[in-house]
Amino acid sequence: MLTREEVIKIANLARIQLSQEEVEKFQKQLSTILDYVEELKKVDTANVPEVFEVTGLQNIQRDDKVETADNHQEIFKNAPEMKDGYYKVKAIL
Amino acid sequence: MDFAYLSLTELREKLDKKEISSVELTKYFLGRIKKSDLNAFITVSEEEAVQQAKAADDFIASPGENPFLCGIPYAAKDMFLTKGIPTTAASEILDNYIPPYDATVIGKLKDQKSVLLGKLNQDQFAHGSSGETSAYGPTKNPWDKTRLTGGSSSGSGASVSAGLSPFALGTDTGGSIRNPAAHCGVTGYKPTYGRVSRYGVIAMASSLDSIGFLSLSVEDAAHITEIIAGQDPKDSTTGQVEVPAYAKNFKNNLNGVKIGIPKEYFIEGMEEGVKAKVLEAVKELEKLGAQTVEVSLPTTRYAQMVYAIICPSEISSNLARYDGIRYGHTVHGTAKDLMEVYTRSRAEGFGDEAKRRIMTGTYVLSAGYYDAYYKKAQKVRSLIIKEFAEVFKKVDVLVAPATPSVATKLGSAADNPLHGYIADQLNIPASLAGLCAISIPCGFARPSDGDAPSLDGLPVGLQIIGPQFGEQKIFNVGYAYQQATDWHKKHPLV
Repeated sequence: MLTREEVIKIANLARIQLSQEEVEKFQKQLSTILDYVEELKKVDTANVPEVFEVTGLQNIQRDDKVETADNHQEIFKNAPEMKDGYYKVKAIL
Repeated sequence: MDFAYLSLTELREKLDKKEISSVELTKYFLGRIKKSDLNAFITVSEEEAVQQAKAADDFIASPGENPFLCGIPYAAKDMFLTKGIPTTAASEILDNYIPPYDATVIGKLKDQKSVLLGKLNQDQFAHGSSGETSAYGPTKNPWDKTRLTGGSSSGSGASVSAGLSPFALGTDTGGSIRNPAAHCGVTGYKPTYGRVSRYGVIAMASSLDSIGFLSLSVEDAAHITEIIAGQDPKDSTTGQVEVPAYAKNFKNNLNGVKIGIPKEYFIEGMEEGVKAKVLEAVKELEKLGAQTVEVSLPTTRYAQMVYAIICPSEISSNLARYDGIRYGHTVHGTAKDLMEVYTRSRAEGFGDEAKRRIMTGTYVLSAGYYDAYYKKAQKVRSLIIKEFAEVFKKVDVLVAPATPSVATKLGSAADNPLHGYIADQLNIPASLAGLCAISIPCGFARPSDGDAPSLDGLPVGLQIIGPQFGEQKIFNVGYAYQQATDWHKKHPLV
């Protein structure tokens, strides 16, 4: 079972604020998931390579061609606050 | 006149012969959507649809051939970015998001002058196999409104099944097209990984996400695939493999076709009715000329656990982009610092299933746990891929149940953190290996959890799995089966 502290640490790494009740709920639920995958340990994977993709493709590139994008305004419309064409964020210091 | 459940070829003929206009057809389906109480749609883009239909009618009126889907309406899961039309991923964090561009597949359908009716309900961010994790409530199964459609492409399943759209785009990461297709009694196609561009489709688990659709038949599926498949410079995982004219290569028999029946897919605890219908379908395939042989894929059982590690890992990375700064739900106005913008925007914007998956992924990728979970899972994934490769040396396709049960009751997924992984255990292995697969209706079976409105029960899905880029093989088997049977022509009373 994950500890409360572990759940709080994970939530912090994932940048998700949790209430006290949520910490308890996810403590149980995340532990259920981790218990469930425990069975994988039974599989013998000695000398088995890891796989990260299934296509076998390598170094796929496209032409480095300049294209005009004129949809800045539509993109920026989705932002909560802009100033002089920049996203405005809270001070980080 | 009734236009629901007509094949795409029939709709094409009616439009070409001017027996009906695209505007009439579009209004007909918009009318059906309005009358429907299945909660299949999140957004109905009525105005845009009628405009697109008018443009299609103008094109049809002008001289020359019409593209195959010109003037034919469709709907898209709310994972597909649609320029100017809200795209929510059925989440609160994107409930006010207006995409500035179209997904490649949406663009290809626009080029055809196909008509987008609206955006379909789904599990939130496609996390789940029930439709229940949607911030907009679950979609109801047209065969029994007290039951789930399956998911995550829940609205897509309901829409095609209830005749609200002739076809519907969906996404399949670990079964999200095949599962609702099976539960709603329609055809669902999960392409080979890289067969169809992912560009502009909201990312879930990037090494698994496959872009497909649900349709009324394999014949329709072949036609749509010919249009949406192919290499895309904007998605470097799309292969350079040519797109064949699938529908032209169909035959009515399966002479010379070798079909493997993987014994591990008939799991303990699966509904007897489902098993019986799938075995009946196997007999039918034999009658059509196919040779069937039992095969073994011993690592199948572990696929769901591999998925329960890899999928959340990739989700935790992909969903890091929702930061409350550039788009989506935000507490920017009230937060005291940047950290709070992140943590509270995400806390308010994500549902429980998204939070669980993000945190599971964050944990298994974190220092000290990576080898035990993620690396182990990717090794077992290697074994699964190798087993499929071996078996496809002996057989052309595999045939198995699409799901272990028929549709279950609303609320049955609820707060169960393992629901999606278990419900999709027969779909996940093909996803991990990047294979193509379809689910097609193969009869009805009575549910094990209560009654159904019809004594026959609820739809059962037959899954046909093929090797990478083996679309022609799975379509051929599905097509021949649908020529000999009429399960795909049964529709719910709505």
